Formats: sequence, structure tokens, C-alpha cells
Amino acid sequence: MSGPIHIRPDETFTLNVGPQHPATHGVLRVKMEMDGEYIVKAETVLGYIHRMHELMGENRTYPQVLPNLSRLDYLGALGYTHGHVLAVERAAGIEVPERAEYIRAITVELNRIASHLFWFGAFVMDLGGFTPLMYAIEDREYILDMLEAVTGSRLTYCYYRFGGLYNDVDDDFIAAAKAFIPRMRKSLKKYDALVTGNIIFRKRLEDIGPISAEMCRKYGATGPVARGAGIDFDVRKNEPYSVYPEFDFDVPVYHECDSLARYKVRMDEMEQSLRIVEQGLEKLPDGPIMPKKAPKLIKPPAGDYYQAVETARGSFGIRIVSDGTKNAYRFKLRSPTYSNMSLFDEACEGMMIMDALAMMGSLDLVIPEIDR
Amino acid sequence: MIKDTVKQALRDLFPEPEPVVEAPAVEAAEGEEEKKPAKKKEGPRVNGVIERNHAEHGYDIDVQCDPGELLAVVMILDKAGFFLESITGVDWIKENQLESVYDFSRYDFDTCRVVIRTRTSRSEPKIPTISKIYPGAGWHERETHDFFGIKFDGHPHLVPLLLPEDADFHPLLKDFKP
Repeated sequence: MSGPIHIRPDETFTLNVGPQHPATHGVLRVKMEMDGEYIVKAETVLGYIHRMHELMGENRTYPQVLPNLSRLDYLGALGYTHGHVLAVERAAGIEVPERAEYIRAITVELNRIASHLFWFGAFVMDLGGFTPLMYAIEDREYILDMLEAVTGSRLTYCYYRFGGLYNDVDDDFIAAAKAFIPRMRKSLKKYDALVTGNIIFRKRLEDIGPISAEMCRKYGATGPVARGAGIDFDVRKNEPYSVYPEFDFDVPVYHECDSLARYKVRMDEMEQSLRIVEQGLEKLPDGPIMPKKAPKLIKPPAGDYYQAVETARGSFGIRIVSDGTKNAYRFKLRSPTYSNMSLFDEACEGMMIMDALAMMGSLDLVIPEIDR
Repeated sequence: MIKDTVKQALRDLFPEPEPVVEAPAVEAAEGEEEKKPAKKKEGPRVNGVIERNHAEHGYDIDVQCDPGELLAVVMILDKAGFFLESITGVDWIKENQLESVYDFSRYDFDTCRVVIRTRTSRSEPKIPTISKIYPGAGWHERETHDFFGIKFDGHPHLVPLLLPEDADFHPLLKDFKP
């Protein structure tokens, strides 16, 4: 060492966050130009686990693509498979029995709770609190066990079929789901008492990471990110599909636009999902789970079809361009985190790096779903 | 109804309804300039606005325009408070054309989904960027450039996003051989 190192006051340096970094929850890389601890400019680099599901969708027949959809988002896979079957049912004009739709709604909502639970644990862990993750995983495990008994898999479900379901639910599932609701309500109170009021937690999130409603619109952000910016938008309400109009539930909206608002939206959403599950179990009609004449070979008439669903992360859209054959001509997946993440570069400018990482956590990223 | 407002604004842009043969016999084809007849005709679709059945297709208004008119159409939607859902492409290899498809929707209970299509030649695909109006289009256009090779004129940073940074292939073109 020969004397102190002199740094010009306007000197910046480049920092690579990722692609192997625990804060990014997957192989995401953000190239940040830093001025001390402040971010001058950020550029997100994607594509580390790009698998080209859209080309697979063109090369395979419609039923063969079914398992692909659950490989997009490993935390809330049922929502994505739901979008896919709805899109193909719309294109091919397949009727779905009511019981199947109800079971779809119940399982999707349970999966949404599981996804939010894992996000909750991981998010608080990002901020330095390890214990909530253990509680959250325990509750999530309960859901995964329930879903495993019905669907046959724990994460990458292939449960829905064009026209219905692969397997009917049994009494054990219904009993387990009924027992789960009060248990989860108790847990939600526990999480609230444990985390929401914590002073360190609040100092890291309150008034930090602002994402305004106008920014959401310009970038196409949906889901809890938009609802945390005061936008009352939920595809289940705004563009109802499946049996969601039958359920009485609210869409939590917070107007603070900060990271804490996005946290609160997700925590409230779990309660609303519980309400849907509760009503679904109550109303669950008897009957078949597949239509009598389910087509074996699916050949939608030529045309362009779009279907949007609300997944745990936001509005997921599927576009199917059919040319009348058994393979799709074009199979487009519009993933919600892709749009939600695209605003990060602009939103984090001028923030401190630790605040930016807290904001990144509040976006609820699942990288395979961005890269597809 | 936002649907009517948008339709009205778009009609100013596409003033002349297509000379539809069967339309006059049917009741006022005002908002649905070329609904059924255009579909039955086997020829390529002409520019204009088609109203679609939401239950059947999943969107309400279907606009086709030239790449040159794209910015004007997008600006109408921006003014009406639409958000950008996605941008993608379709390779119509038989017609030797590439299509770029834009999905727009609104944060509203007055549901209205708008699809804009614009076609460009396959040999030299060029479409103006809309990232100046919707910055979120930046990533979507880069992705479409990755997969189809469509050049978005004026895009500030048109480098591969999902594909490797040195990728010189476009996997969703129908004549792509891995």
C-alpha cells in the first residue's frame, strides 16, 4: 500500500447483481452503475434459463403442451395451466362441466396462497428475518400435500384437461381443505403480529420503492404490483372467467405505491383466496368432471384467440393462432412478471442498492416465468 | 362505453369503410365495417377496424394498419388510458409477410381489449418502435426482434434479450432450422 486511493467524486463503478445471487431468487442479472451506494443506472439482463416454450407450443399438439405450462412458474403453476386450458377451450369451443370449474377455482386459489406464502417467507428473509420463512413453509407444505394427493405432483402440476380435470377430488381433500381454512386464518394473524408491525421491516419498506399508477400503465404492470399502486385491477373481476362471478370476494387495493403496499396487497389476497376456497367447497356441485364427449383430437378452427387469467403474479395471457391443424400456428405466452420486472430499470434509478433489492423482492419475481 | 369512444377515434383514422359487397343488405354495418364478408373472402385482410365477439376471441376490437399508421393508432389508445399487455409476432410465410401483434387493455371494469396488427415484408421487416410512447414496449420489441428478426425503427437498445447476446438466428420463423 502506498498512500490512500484517490477516487474522483464523480466516478462511478459497475456492479453485477447476479446471475448467481441470492437476492435475485434465480438466474437474473442486473448490471448496475453505482455511485457509491446509489444506483445511477440499471440494466436487467435476461435469458439465462430461456427454454423457448413458445416454439415447443408450435411443435407439439395441444395436449402435449399441457405439462409445459407448469414449468413457467414453479410456485403458482396451476394458474398458468388454467389459462392454457381456458384458451384452448375457447378456441375449440369445448364445454366444461360445472364441478370441474369449481374444483379448478378451489385448487387455483389454494395454489395462489401457497405461492404468496413462499413469497412472504422469501421476502422477509431478503430483509434479514429468517423465522417467518419457516412458518410460511410449514403452511405451504400443508397445501402442497393436499394438492399432491389430488393432482399427483407437488409443484409442476398437469391436472387440468381440455374440458375438465384429470382426477376428481375425494373426501379426504375436502376434509383437509375445510380444516385448512381456520388454520390458515390463524396463521395470517400470526404473520401479521410477527412481521407487519416490526420497526425494522417497516423502515425498509415504507415510502421506499415507489411505483406509480402511471408507471404501471406505461409498462403494463398487473397483479399485486398494480394493486399496490392504487389500481383496482384484477382479471378475475375486470374480465371474469371460469366461475369467479359466483364468488363473493374483494380485491385489496392500496394507494401508497411503496414496497409495503405491495406486501399488504399480497397478505390481504390470501384471506380473499381463503374466502373463495370456502365458498367453493360449500357450493361444490355434484356431477361429472369431464364432458361426455371430450374431443380426443383437438383442432380449433383457424383464427386468433386470446385468454387472460389472474395468476398469483398478475395477468397471464395466452394467444393461440390456429390454422386448423392439431398444432398451434403461434403460441404466445404473456407472462406477468416480465412486464412487472421491465419497470425495475427505471424505478430503481437513484435508489440505494439495499432499497432496490427490497423493491425487487416486492415485485415477486419468478425467473423461469420471465425467461420462458 | 370506452369501446365506442375508441371505435369513433379509430374511424377518423380509417375514414373509408371497405367496399363491402353484402353489407348494405344487413342492418347498419356502421361500427363493424367488414365483419363477416371480409372473413369469408379468402384474400388478404384489408386495413381497418373489426369488432370481435369477446366470448369467442377474447378481445373486442381488432385493428389492422400499415406500419406507418401504427404510431397514430397507439397514440389514440395511450390517450384513452390503455396499458400495453404484450407485443408479439406471427410469421405468415405463405404470404411472405411478418405480422406484429400488439395487445392493449385497460385497468377498468369497462372491459375493452384492443389488438393491433401490422404487417411488413419478410425480406426486410421494419416497423417503427412504440417505446417512445410506452417504455414498456422496449422489452417486448426486443423479444420480438429476437424471435422474428423484425427491426423496430428507432428502438434505443435493440439487442438480444432472451437469446444469447451473439445470437444471429430467429427461432420462431417458420423456416428456422436448429
